[in-house]
Amino acid sequence: MSDLTRLSAAELSSALASGEVSSVEATQAHLDRIATVDGDVHAFLHVSDHALDVAADIDRRRAAGEALGPVAGVPLAIKDVLVTTDMPSTSGSKILEGFMSPYDATVVARSRAAGLVPLGKTNMDEFAMGSSTEHSAYGPTRNPWDLDRIPGGSGGGSAAAVAAFEAPLALGSDTGGSIRQPAHVTGTVGMKPTYGGVSRYGAIALASSLDQVGPVARTVLDSALLHDVIAGHDPHDATSLTDRWPSFAEAAREGARGDVLKGLRVGVITELPDSGFQAGVSASFREALDAMQAQGAEIVEISAPHFEYGVAAYYLILPAEASSNLAKFDSVRFGMRVNVPGGTVEDVMAATRDAGFGPEVKRRVILGTYALSAGYYDAYYGSAQKVRTLIQQDFDNAFTQVDVIATPSAPTTAFRLGEKIDDPLQMYLNDVTTIPANLAGVPGISIPSGLAAEDGLPVGIQFLAPVREDARLYRVGAAVEATLVDRWGGPLLDRAPILGGTR
Amino acid sequence: MSEITPDLVRHLGVLARIQLSDEEVEQLTGQLDVIVDNIAKVSQVATADVPATSHPVPLQNVFRPDVPGDMLTVDEVLQNAPDAADGRFRVTAILGEEQ
Repeated sequence: MSDLTRLSAAELSSALASGEVSSVEATQAHLDRIATVDGDVHAFLHVSDHALDVAADIDRRRAAGEALGPVAGVPLAIKDVLVTTDMPSTSGSKILEGFMSPYDATVVARSRAAGLVPLGKTNMDEFAMGSSTEHSAYGPTRNPWDLDRIPGGSGGGSAAAVAAFEAPLALGSDTGGSIRQPAHVTGTVGMKPTYGGVSRYGAIALASSLDQVGPVARTVLDSALLHDVIAGHDPHDATSLTDRWPSFAEAAREGARGDVLKGLRVGVITELPDSGFQAGVSASFREALDAMQAQGAEIVEISAPHFEYGVAAYYLILPAEASSNLAKFDSVRFGMRVNVPGGTVEDVMAATRDAGFGPEVKRRVILGTYALSAGYYDAYYGSAQKVRTLIQQDFDNAFTQVDVIATPSAPTTAFRLGEKIDDPLQMYLNDVTTIPANLAGVPGISIPSGLAAEDGLPVGIQFLAPVREDARLYRVGAAVEATLVDRWGGPLLDRAPILGGTR
Repeated sequence: MSEITPDLVRHLGVLARIQLSDEEVEQLTGQLDVIVDNIAKVSQVATADVPATSHPVPLQNVFRPDVPGDMLTVDEVLQNAPDAADGRFRVTAILGEEQ
């Protein structure tokens, strides 16, 4: 087989199951790819030194006739927000440099049990606060489509890893778009599951009423295969839903071969006018809608009057919850401790948190402390929680008229590194299309819709469905993907520049 | 304009246990002012008749059997501690001289 890194996870799984390829070969191919391109891309903060041992064990078990899961032997990249016993977990922060977790995150444990081979930990904005990966304490990740541009964030490392063929699958986390917006700017697929659909146990918490772990991949089916591995109830996470989920891979396969677009009612939000988006993003979005219409989908204008308050509500709720969650970095139990001669424990704590947190983390912790302080709680956090109710009502009303909602996944294509780093408010406005799903708990998926005419960079289309209807997104996503890839004559990533010396 | 002042930011730093430098206080004051102005618009639609939502998919009474769960050993708990002694976390003085 020519280049194992170009295979989808589904194709690689078949090759592994048939014995055509070994997991050691597949893992070695991806480690070689990482060695070749990651100096430029910097998707990884840590590369496992024993991935080949794990792969060899899978090969041995397969040879011994053991019944293995559908993705056994496939390599996996893991966002550094998820704790792992065999690799450091820093959440992109200096304050956790070298932290070794005594336990695995549930999604990591389930991935290991499914036979996935962890390759390493991927870069991210510090504590997942950001939309560009520039807020990582370990330096930015670069977009494989243009190394001078951002790969999105906070999960830019996971998205860049799959876009650069360093891994077929990755785990991400999405608090306000951190899986979907990186997918948009890198021409890949990212899914935020229904709130509670995937365990957050062992995900270093950012904002607990918004955080959701989910899959990152190059195809809708691959995303579904990983989602099948990580979904389901976990008693360690009190917000985990007890639902029994259908097979998402089966939903994706059904979508790819069936005619699910025929008669599908697709909502387009009146309050998100084309004028708010880069021209090439709007054009790509409209082309994708046209392609869906040509397959029999019905485009319906819907109103979501409170979405415009989403960013404001989000930037109250998130900092408030983050300021509370990050109180655990106290220089006592784990992480960095700054030496303050003669200082009390409180002096040491304050000095450590000043030295260990980056500017964006401090900004949000201070903002959250303000929003929660006496006299402001009702006006800010309380009001933001009411906006959540209004946005949920907007979704409920919309889903009486349509099956899914479609939006561009983000307002612009990948911007240049450094372009927005000094303007936090502009950075926050990136998340306008992705935030409502987190506020309301509904699932959302971003899949490639094409390239923007003016800059040749990838654009994603986002689909949103009612709570618990994750499978619907896989059916629709796979159907749209099949239609568009057919029009393009091949996957969008085939048009990305070749990395590794030939740039 | 909001009411974000350098003194307020310095006070928030004390509450958040972050020892901000004067430079940081100055920069944060300007940035937070712009951000707070922008996010304050939530109050335009958050009227008294709208109930608040804390969790998007609410669950009630999430219980588990009253038996010991998966516990970490003391060594595991202390393995990442910046300083430890006698099976405990070791810290500097709790009280300062003036206290």
